[in-house]
Amino acid sequence: MLDKIVKKLETATKGAVLEQIPVDQDDRLIIDKNMIHQVCRTLKQDKEMDFKLLAELTCVDYIEEETRFEVVYQLYSLSNKYRLRLKARVAEGDSIASVSDIWRVANPLEREVYDMFGVKFNNHPALTRILMWEGFEGHPLRKDFPLKRHQAIVPLRMEIEVKDDPPYNWTKYQKKRKLGLDK
Amino acid sequence: MELEPVWQVVVTLVKIAIMIGFAMTVAAVLTWQERKQSAAIQDRIGPNRAYIPVLGWKLWGLVHLVADGIKMIFKEDFMPVGASRFLFQIAPVIAILPLIISLAVIPFGGVVNINGYDISLQIANINSGILFIFAFGSLSVYSSVLGGFASDNKFGLIGALRTSAQMISYEISQGLTIVGLFMIWQTVMLDKMALYQAGSIFNWGVFLQPFGFLLFFAASVAETKRAPFDLPEGESEIIGYFVEYSGLKFGLFFIGEFMEVVIVSMLVTTLFFGSYHIPWLEWNMVQSWFESMLGAGWLPGLIVAALMILVFVVKVLFFCFFQLLIRWTLPRFRYDQLMHFGWKFLLPLAIANLVITAVIMLMMA
Amino acid sequence: MSDPQKDIEGKELPSDVMEIQLGPSHPATHGIVKLDTKLSGETVLDMDVSIGFLHRGFEKMCEHRDWNQNMVFTDRLNYCSAPANNAAYASAVEKICGVELPDRGQWVRLIVTEISRVCDHLVCVAASVMELGGFSVYLYFIQAREELWFILDKICGSRLTTSMSRIGGQAYDLYDGFEDDIVAAFAKVRQAMEDGSKMITRNRIFYDRMRDVGKISEEDAIDLGFTGPVLRSTGCDYDVRKANPYWKYPEVDFEVPTGDRGDNYDRYLIRMEEIEQSMHIIDQAIEKLPEGNVFIDDFKIFLSPKSETYNSIEGLIHHFKIIMNGPAVPKGEAYFAIESPNGEHGYYVVSDGGSLPYRVRARPTCLPMTMALPELCKGGMIADIVPTFGSINMIGGELER
Repeated sequence: MLDKIVKKLETATKGAVLEQIPVDQDDRLIIDKNMIHQVCRTLKQDKEMDFKLLAELTCVDYIEEETRFEVVYQLYSLSNKYRLRLKARVAEGDSIASVSDIWRVANPLEREVYDMFGVKFNNHPALTRILMWEGFEGHPLRKDFPLKRHQAIVPLRMEIEVKDDPPYNWTKYQKKRKLGLDK
Repeated sequence: MELEPVWQVVVTLVKIAIMIGFAMTVAAVLTWQERKQSAAIQDRIGPNRAYIPVLGWKLWGLVHLVADGIKMIFKEDFMPVGASRFLFQIAPVIAILPLIISLAVIPFGGVVNINGYDISLQIANINSGILFIFAFGSLSVYSSVLGGFASDNKFGLIGALRTSAQMISYEISQGLTIVGLFMIWQTVMLDKMALYQAGSIFNWGVFLQPFGFLLFFAASVAETKRAPFDLPEGESEIIGYFVEYSGLKFGLFFIGEFMEVVIVSMLVTTLFFGSYHIPWLEWNMVQSWFESMLGAGWLPGLIVAALMILVFVVKVLFFCFFQLLIRWTLPRFRYDQLMHFGWKFLLPLAIANLVITAVIMLMMA
Repeated sequence: MSDPQKDIEGKELPSDVMEIQLGPSHPATHGIVKLDTKLSGETVLDMDVSIGFLHRGFEKMCEHRDWNQNMVFTDRLNYCSAPANNAAYASAVEKICGVELPDRGQWVRLIVTEISRVCDHLVCVAASVMELGGFSVYLYFIQAREELWFILDKICGSRLTTSMSRIGGQAYDLYDGFEDDIVAAFAKVRQAMEDGSKMITRNRIFYDRMRDVGKISEEDAIDLGFTGPVLRSTGCDYDVRKANPYWKYPEVDFEVPTGDRGDNYDRYLIRMEEIEQSMHIIDQAIEKLPEGNVFIDDFKIFLSPKSETYNSIEGLIHHFKIIMNGPAVPKGEAYFAIESPNGEHGYYVVSDGGSLPYRVRARPTCLPMTMALPELCKGGMIADIVPTFGSINMIGGELER
């Protein structure tokens, strides 16, 4: 099934598929971020592939690599009962096309990715924060955002001293993780 | 024989005391009964914790009445900032005042001969009879409308709008369903209606107008704003017209609602179920039997009066029980379905009932 | 989006649009969703849904805790059906490791997931009927759920936050006497369902409140990302247990009910039927349950039993490594989805070979439905919002993690 899909994508959108990784029941395609919109449109509208359900749209922060964010799309085809995962790399400060005109469920999911990671989506109807409150500074799920940070929407009633965690030193932490000494 | 004016005033005061005492007591006990009855339906126990301090009596949860009263008195009584003061404060009073006044014309017994004096067990015998009750009942609509409107709260406003539409619609049906009885008995006065139901059980209103009874009961339950017609105060959807009331003001609304239940039960009993009569038992014979046992004097008349009141009370309590049963069984109507039920279902049926009654009366005459 | 003010001009008496907020604290929105509605009289013209009042940072916290320590966080996602969440998370991580549980482990996972499905559906139906005013039905169903919670209590020690699974198996096996308890409990559940059903299923008032309310078509539902009973009420029969079977579902025989009109009444009927089907599945599973362990043999991933730990040096080393560093999950990523009571509940897990997860993402099953509430409620009345909201089964923990 994955080969068929890659062949169809090659004819419709040249050069979009950068890599294909077949895994049992977990096929993945790495897509060039500039062509993600055409790829998704082809996958949805083709009668044979028929990926009508967008199950997941999320993002992973690979802080040590150059293109930092990887936006992950989880598609499902009801007629073929087949799951497919698309991944596209976005650098920091860069933006990617929004697929909310293809699947309407992408609207809240992309808002959440923007809220949590700071990845901007072009042509999104209303890209605002969804889980955090308007006016929140920072993007919580990034790896360099500390776990405990105090940012209250209503000022505290009592004068207590509030300190942030020390800034998250990713490389130092990573060394500890490799040795398994982070506990 | 007729009493002297002074004694007439005293007797009237005693009757008022009995009537208001009975109605308020039953309304208060209904709050307890609602909780216990719903608990029985829902397979649980209900309130049973409050007890009288020194004696330690629990009284099956009846002490909760006192506890609830004390709680409501001590709650903070606030008014929202933008509310219009006068209307906000007067709305609960309007809820309960017309109901107490309409108790005046309901007979709780017939004419009793106490020591030679004829005393009718009815506070005021006006010749507009039941129309007096309907007139004052419609005044109580203002309480919910003003309460919701004066609260400066959009949910209260929605509740007030729904209330006004609902009450107006169902009052029309309520009035029309009884016109059949007026035609049969040729009177609107409640004590005469009670007299006409003496004797055999088939003189009771429910056998003369069975359909009218069902329609009247449905319309009256809708008037009391209890489930399934409680969308104006739909407690789990929008809170309704008493969203901003607390403390004793809310208590007045609450007791007013139960008083409406009691008054509806009293009306149904008086009109359709023979008021204070036991079928095939004449009260004159009961009185002469007591006179033969105890000799002439105060006692036989008083005992007969007490028996009449007892019969009346039992029937009223049965209908209160029945209304509470309906509340815990049915889900509530949506607003447009409520209007549809009132205007397109109850009203045409009431008019049809009227026409059929008239035709049958013509044919039998 | 069209301006609601212009929509109503010319149709009714001149009036303004009323904006009302069914705010975060409202008894019918289950506490934590803010609906900004624009009304004209009683008709809903437009609605805006705001969420985010219960966001607790599940995904961020998962990156700082061990694989097994995250099990307690997954309990608190869909807190009406915790065993299902646990099992889904554990299966996703086991997919990275490339291990599969022994037979008994898979059957036990199936049984507890189906028990949690019965509990969740009972609560959903009960709450939506209570909000309509039929309070007695709520109490009958909650009492029925109590019977099932006694059983979960006996299995794992807690009723709501069960934490039953671990990476590589179930932490708690079923106890002796489980079959008799299940038979007694199901008799009570069936009795409660019959009592409640008699009061509402053919009740004219209930039918009028739910029929043709909250309608949606099949294409719109798939486009908006619905799954679960809400999607099946529109006619599409997507059920992960039948489409991509997992665990031991190919060996049990059950039906998947579908509706045809996509309204609230269909969802109510589908949920009642799914309770029956789940009870049927559990009866079959109890018959087919084999003997054996409920965890895998590889003690680098699952905590070894004390006989191994105390009696062999490898057991001791494995125990030490798991407690200090967590299970040895290799580098990789996986997405695993199960059919939870609300719909397709999937976990996308990324591991970089270290002792902590790199990314854990839980698919919020009820997010598509909640954010599509304007589509379901527009054109209806304000009193229709409440049963529609109840039939979506929005669980706050899952919506906002």
